Amino acid sequence: MGVRIRSPRDFWAGVIFLSFGLCAVVVGRDYPVGTARQMGAGYFPMVLGGILTLLGVLVCLRSLLAAGEKPEAFGVRPLLLVLVAVGAFAASIDTIGLVAATVLLTVIGAAASPESRWHEVAAVVVVLLGVAVGVFVYGLGLPFKLLP
Amino acid sequence: MDLLANLHTGFGVALTLTNVMYCFTGVLLGTLIGVLPGIGPVATIAMLLPATFTLPPVSALIMLAGIYYGAQYGGSTTAVLVNIPGESSSVVTCLDGYAMARKGRAGPALAIAAIGSFFAGTVSTLVLALFAPPLAQVAFQFGPAEYFSLMVLGLIAAIVLARGSLLKAIAMIVLGLLLGLIGPDTNTLFFRYTFGLPQLEDGIGFVVVAMGLFGFSEIIVNLERRARREVVMAKIERLMPSRQDLADSWKAVLRGTGLGALLGILPGGGAVLGSFAAYTLEKKIARDPSRFGKGAIEGVAAPESANNAASQTSFIPLLTLGIPSNAVMALMVGAMTIHGIVPGPQVMSERPELFWGMIASMWIGNLLLVILNLPLIGIWVRLLSVPYRLLYPAILLFCCIGVYSLNNSATDVGLALFFGLLGYLFVKFDCEPAPLLLGFVLGPMMEDNLRRAMLLSRGNPAVFVTHPLSLALLLVAAALLLVVVVPVVRRKREEAFVE
Repeated sequence: MGVRIRSPRDFWAGVIFLSFGLCAVVVGRDYPVGTARQMGAGYFPMVLGGILTLLGVLVCLRSLLAAGEKPEAFGVRPLLLVLVAVGAFAASIDTIGLVAATVLLTVIGAAASPESRWHEVAAVVVVLLGVAVGVFVYGLGLPFKLLP
Repeated sequence: MDLLANLHTGFGVALTLTNVMYCFTGVLLGTLIGVLPGIGPVATIAMLLPATFTLPPVSALIMLAGIYYGAQYGGSTTAVLVNIPGESSSVVTCLDGYAMARKGRAGPALAIAAIGSFFAGTVSTLVLALFAPPLAQVAFQFGPAEYFSLMVLGLIAAIVLARGSLLKAIAMIVLGLLLGLIGPDTNTLFFRYTFGLPQLEDGIGFVVVAMGLFGFSEIIVNLERRARREVVMAKIERLMPSRQDLADSWKAVLRGTGLGALLGILPGGGAVLGSFAAYTLEKKIARDPSRFGKGAIEGVAAPESANNAASQTSFIPLLTLGIPSNAVMALMVGAMTIHGIVPGPQVMSERPELFWGMIASMWIGNLLLVILNLPLIGIWVRLLSVPYRLLYPAILLFCCIGVYSLNNSATDVGLALFFGLLGYLFVKFDCEPAPLLLGFVLGPMMEDNLRRAMLLSRGNPAVFVTHPLSLALLLVAAALLLVVVVPVVRRKREEAFVE
């Protein structure tokens, strides 16, 4: 009995909007608002934050009334490993250089697909290292730190 | 004739050996990446943007435009051969294109797509050259109130045309506007929403957002779905369409071109809308609608002409008013800004060589596409048969390098990661990300014009309805919104998108 979420996709979308809206309002609460004539830094974001919060609430409420589909299942392995791979690239590119970052990204990223074969991954790493160094560093002259 | 003189200037710029080279490189790279399933034009442009940094502005824009329609065309190739739309504007091409390919007629399908696109490209280049100058004149009369109302209209149109729930589309736009405000306030230099992080003090780059929402999240979703991909490897025996094919499709090409060119100009419009509308129209007026979906050549010719026409005419609002009308144009704004060009009506008068050179290059690019693609179809087929597990690490790496090299900032890569996660959630919860990117680029512009309009009117909001141009724009926006809310039209809209 009582309230039931009939449309989970809408409900969670509403939650995302609601949290961004609230965050905008709460974080921006002390920004100078100014007047309608002389708008301060806080005026526009505060209005938008308010609208977004309201929209989030509306989307959530609607999900309790109208039925909708469940979200597709989350593929935990591709999601996590792709994110970790990109994170590893971000963490290593400035510290230990492009070569190591490329290897990390490719190896962790390749693990995201259950179809990857290790001997193929090794070949992909070699090819991508060649492209990254050859095209981006020497070809386009982008300023990368190459090695530690 | 002014037009001829202008086109002469344009071709003078675009036909220099270096610029033809850049146009060719752009078209080739765009097609190459566009052919890969799951990477649309937005991610393709974002990925290749760093490659244009060192070029002079004219060459850079020519190359970027080339990448755009190359990616567009590459997407159609994937649609026909693998039944996976390379990007959303070729979704409808899948229906009849893939059906034709299974009957062994992939060659004529791809050829008619190329021929239709070329014809549409030629016509819409002319439309652009004819209509841009008078529109730019109108734009010079725009004050801040008019600009604000125009952006409202653009955003409303984007909402109306987005698939799925209206409320969610509005929320995505508002979220985009908000994210666009992160960083220093342009008027008071007050830092907003930086959470004390110095890395956020310049705001978030549009490439970062685009790459996260359209690049990373698409890779994850592709890996998850691992749809059976079945490339039609049957030998493409005949490339050229038969006399009968041409007789069947020339009218569809004409109709698609007209519809696409018209819809492309609309704010919020663009290639996706054009191709959907053209397909629906063909099906409506066909003598025997049941042939559609089973390999009717009109079902390939019309949407392919329409999406190319629309992708070109969608440059009109950008080049004349400085307002991007869809996600790809939002990226072009960013690209122009990087090269120190402020998009708007003044580009045409202050940098005629850039404006007309770009327009002329569009026609050259379309010609190159035909010359390039018909003989290279065999190579694209072979590329498509490379398994995704070997391709995606490369896509991932190029995305990362693309984001990093914008500012040599590892933080940007981290931020793109965050937007990748957000984009993934949006896919799961049925929220279309394109309106967010549009809002993101328009956010600061909208705030700036709102402020200036209110300052000039001494705080009186009536300024938006007392200026006739501004009022007209707002009325159109209101009418659009009303049209979607009215149930009858709403049902029609859903039908159109279901097809």
